[in-house]
Amino acid sequence: MDNAWLHRFAVMVAVCTFLLVVAGSLVTSNDAALSVPDWPLSYGRLVPPLEGGIRYEFAHRAMALLVAILTITLAVWLERAEPRRWIRRLGWAAAVAVLLQAILGGAAVRLITPKAVTIAHACLAEICFGLVVAIVVGQELRLDSFSWAVETPAPLVAAIALFGQAILGAMVRYGLTGVAFHIIGAAIATILVMWAGLRIPLRRPALALLTLTFSQVFLGLGSYMARVVNLATPQPMPLTIAFTVAHVAVGSLAFGAAIALTMAPPVAHGGVALA
Amino acid sequence: MRKFWIGSGLVSALVAAAFTLASCGGGSTEAPKTADSGAAPAGGPAATPDMDNGGTITGKVTFDGTAPKMAILDTSANPVCAKAHASSPLRSEEVVVNPNGTLKNVFVWVSAGLPADKTWQVPSTPVEIDQNGCEYKPHVIALMAGQNLSIKNSDPTNHNIHPQPSVNQEFNESQAPGTPPIDKTFPRQEIMIPVKCNVHNWMRSYINVVSSPFFAVTGDDGTFSIKGLPPGTYTLEIVHEKYGKQDQQITVGAKESKTADFTVKG
Repeated sequence: MDNAWLHRFAVMVAVCTFLLVVAGSLVTSNDAALSVPDWPLSYGRLVPPLEGGIRYEFAHRAMALLVAILTITLAVWLERAEPRRWIRRLGWAAAVAVLLQAILGGAAVRLITPKAVTIAHACLAEICFGLVVAIVVGQELRLDSFSWAVETPAPLVAAIALFGQAILGAMVRYGLTGVAFHIIGAAIATILVMWAGLRIPLRRPALALLTLTFSQVFLGLGSYMARVVNLATPQPMPLTIAFTVAHVAVGSLAFGAAIALTMAPPVAHGGVALA
Repeated sequence: MRKFWIGSGLVSALVAAAFTLASCGGGSTEAPKTADSGAAPAGGPAATPDMDNGGTITGKVTFDGTAPKMAILDTSANPVCAKAHASSPLRSEEVVVNPNGTLKNVFVWVSAGLPADKTWQVPSTPVEIDQNGCEYKPHVIALMAGQNLSIKNSDPTNHNIHPQPSVNQEFNESQAPGTPPIDKTFPRQEIMIPVKCNVHNWMRSYINVVSSPFFAVTGDDGTFSIKGLPPGTYTLEIVHEKYGKQDQQITVGAKESKTADFTVKG
């Protein structure tokens, strides 16, 4: 490893970005997205009264600020210490994406959650996470150049399918489409992931991707069933929240694993560090 | 590197597709909603209900079936709310069956039959909705298009008031304890506008905006009374947040009283 501390820092950024995705999912699942009607301040202050849904929304905002600072720091650090131009570019792409994500988050609050903005916010979160994962994988595997799907397009297709599922999931969450499309998409994505998993000789990352995707199918079913069971309840129920948040979290991890697998060179090695 | 840009292009295309699909619109179906596209009709002096010579429609909304159990709401997210309901838990007001077997919180209005060219005077007194005990009081309100809605916060905690209309302007404002009421108006007719507080995710209310003064909301006895109607044949509609709509045709003459009872099946 050329710069072990830079790599550790990138891993930390990836972990924080993942936690931010989870925090965002907690906001949505608790129906707390608009509990703080102003932005960038919260109730006209830096720290609002931490009660009810405000706790989720403010925690999400605070984490977003932290992740934005960390991601920009990573981009600057990469610019100074990383010899590979493609990783430096990924660093800046991640920084731009996280800033755009903050603007989308602010726009969602100020414009009272237009569906296009909130869905874009959910999807860009996956892209932010994917970019940082790509940086980590590039460092971990000491890849000289950016090349994906060298031997087979299967992992790239799987990654695109998983991202498509993230888009469909967000559309279901915001009532733009029925759950049927997301279920059909899940079936297609699972088949593509299985194809990718079987085509790639890297056992550990392929197994990780397969495990995450199968777990994701189970969590998706659980999330749907919990929603159906609690359809008549007048407020979000803990079971529904737990399944939905886990579904989003594992979906992000599966997407990250697919990116890792996409970038991995076609040689057997110990495994890919999945952030 | 070329493959990187091809991959980036694919991802961008997916994001663009999401934007395109998202902008196609859609909607949730929380409660039955009706709306017309216009405000109260303009032209001519604004009329008021003729209480002396107009017709009256009275009635009640009976609930048929076993009264559903009112769900207990979990208010533990905010200690202030939990404390307000320490003695007896807060219950959902989605379906409130009165002791006399009638249904509370049913919006009743004259949905058709009024002269289209007539404008009705908007009352100068505001309609009040209070955030009290971490619930909206009353649960269902009705007011005329253009009439002031006074939003109070009697709780020692923060709320945000967030109506989600389809044809009126959506707003979302925070209201700290002890602050003056927020005054709002809805210029367009719209039925069953859902209102929520995102700080306290159990808080729900419905606002009904009508371009005439002929409406009512059933209370603790499940009855309603609409007075001062000009002679004519009208469509009287009831709307409930869970059980939806029903209507009746009813003809009323000058100084005449008619009864229009409804039965809602549970």
